[in-house]
Amino acid sequence: MKIEARLLVGVALFFLVTGVGYWFWSYEQSGTVMLIGAVLLGLVPGSYYLWWSQRMTPRPEDRDDGTLAEGAGVIGAFPGSSIWPFVMGMGLFSCALAAVFGLWLLAPGFAAVFAAAIGYTVESRRGGTI
Amino acid sequence: MTLLQHRPPAGASEHPEHVEHHDEPTFVVKWLTSTDHKVIGINYMVTALVMFYLSGFMALLLRVQLSSPSGIGMSLQTYNELFTMHGSLMLYLFAGPFAFGGLANYIVPMQVGAPDMAFPRLNAFSYWLYLTGSITMLLGFLTSTGAAAFGWVAYAPLSTSAYSPGPGADLWIISLFLTGFSAVFTGVNLVATIFYLRAPGMTMWRLPIFTWNMLVTALLILIAFPVLTAAMVFLWTDRHLGTHIYSVAGGGVPVLYQNLFWFFGHPEVYILALPYFGVATEIIPVFSRKPVFGYKGLVFATISIAALSTGVWAHHMFTTGTVLLPFFSLLSLLIAVPTGVKFFNWIGTMWRGQISFKTPMLFCVGFLLAFLMGGLTGVMLASPPIDFATHDTYFVVAHFHQVLFGTTVFAGFAGLYFWYPKMFGRMLHDGLGKAHFWTMFVGFWLTYLPQYVLGLHGMPRRVATYPPGLGWASLNMASTVGAFMIGLSFLIMLVNLWVSWRNPVPAGDNPWDGHGLEWFASSPPVHHNFEKLPPIRSERPTWDYNHPDARTIAHGHGAADRELVGAGARGASGTGDSTTDA
Repeated sequence: MKIEARLLVGVALFFLVTGVGYWFWSYEQSGTVMLIGAVLLGLVPGSYYLWWSQRMTPRPEDRDDGTLAEGAGVIGAFPGSSIWPFVMGMGLFSCALAAVFGLWLLAPGFAAVFAAAIGYTVESRRGGTI
Repeated sequence: MTLLQHRPPAGASEHPEHVEHHDEPTFVVKWLTSTDHKVIGINYMVTALVMFYLSGFMALLLRVQLSSPSGIGMSLQTYNELFTMHGSLMLYLFAGPFAFGGLANYIVPMQVGAPDMAFPRLNAFSYWLYLTGSITMLLGFLTSTGAAAFGWVAYAPLSTSAYSPGPGADLWIISLFLTGFSAVFTGVNLVATIFYLRAPGMTMWRLPIFTWNMLVTALLILIAFPVLTAAMVFLWTDRHLGTHIYSVAGGGVPVLYQNLFWFFGHPEVYILALPYFGVATEIIPVFSRKPVFGYKGLVFATISIAALSTGVWAHHMFTTGTVLLPFFSLLSLLIAVPTGVKFFNWIGTMWRGQISFKTPMLFCVGFLLAFLMGGLTGVMLASPPIDFATHDTYFVVAHFHQVLFGTTVFAGFAGLYFWYPKMFGRMLHDGLGKAHFWTMFVGFWLTYLPQYVLGLHGMPRRVATYPPGLGWASLNMASTVGAFMIGLSFLIMLVNLWVSWRNPVPAGDNPWDGHGLEWFASSPPVHHNFEKLPPIRSERPTWDYNHPDARTIAHGHGAADRELVGAGARGASGTGDSTTDA
């Protein structure tokens, strides 16, 4: 986890240096704002990973000598198949088209998004459809 | 119900009780409901290829119009729509999604030894956003005012409601909104998969280079795409809600659009390129029968390219006169350094290897040549004096087509030829593949070399006609002939796919003697990918498993053994001559 943390903190440090340099060289606002945004993108997860990587024992996948036996067991939950991503996608599609063809498309759009949100939740509690 | 995925112990395939048996849905239901990264990956690739063929067809129409000074009578509006949609489809809907939606979705979980992506349902959702975004963009052709016609960059104020009225432009904007979210979700998914779902022993320094490149690409996506989405939201509010973010009349700043767009747009070029660098880096070692040369150098080069690429956005805006020329010129020139490192490593990997020029390797060599040419002209354009002279001419058109065609098409289809046996368990015909390559290769140079000359003679981009008597006609005709050769080559690929579908040649699990974990799975892989895993002790675990006696040592394992790195896996006997079976 240490390398992952360094990668993200490295993103933050790089953009900090670039952003500060860019500001004092150009005094151009939009570019500086975007570069500082990228600092936050690296800093927020990166500092969490860094904090956490100091406190955890290295996982089997962090060690050169990690063996498959160490990693045996539950990895996580992987839903087999689900219709709800499709429903949510169509809902967002409808909402997006509402911006072009008329606000009435928001109604079916929101209906599909809410249905999908409920569907996702119920499905997670049940543990997948297959 | 498959709620929990257990990682099987090594060598457990003889006892497959851990393999869940599903009532797998088929056809439409499978397409609609699958959350399997392999199905979604193939969905992405098929959709992206449809976009590629559509967009390529538009390019041929454009080339026909340009083949003679007065053209074939295409209306200017149609011409503008076609080049806008050609660029938009290629860049937003083919090149990116084919890599980080298609290939990465399929290959990355397998290369890290994971049963699926970290968030399978989010993954499926990403695909639906991508598909609906693609449909949204194409819907513009069905509206009465036609599709968007302001170029793939949609500069304000040209893209504002005064100059681009009608729903076609709005559909284009909304389409980028949808596909932008799709890309961001895929980026999050890839980062989480690579950080959390690696198999034991698969440390970050053993990740295959393709996976490394996808990780860096995912971070670039997270940096760049939100800015594009913001730019599009502003553009939409300017068009419909009466804001004046980009209009001078209301106190706005048109150049802000260019800053926002290119802050996305230049990293986007590397979002398109880095995955394909990764594809080439997977293929070249396999067909050179050597481990990749300079593994860590390649990783750091990838990170450097990505980092620098975010600091060069305004080199597209040199001629606006509002940007800091030395800063952007310096960083743009610097990108040549890590890219050169990559070239050095690719050539070093081939050096004294036992190269076999199968179709994927041929495409990779084509990629090296094409990208070299595109990259070198890029270094030229990074210099403001040259850029001022060639801005908005065909020199720039030829440059970026060589860069993007070189990466996304040469390396992209190398990846398709390379991993197709894994995806479908059957081979593509090697002879037809080579016919595809050579037709495309010749067509590629014939198309774009004349465009460099045209650009230096001053032919501007985005013109539908040009004056006769300037000597441009013959060069343009040559370019058109080349474009049709490229078109022909992709018909050959369709024939190849059809042949492999009707007369399947079984591929076996590991037809190329591959390196990564994906070659350890069956072809096509089972649900949740692996019935067993080999021990992972280097960046090429499958190869290690299949060649237990080989004398190669992975990097970072004992300084005393380092001289063996890159000595040639099988060719360590000292002959050193590369043999080819082309």
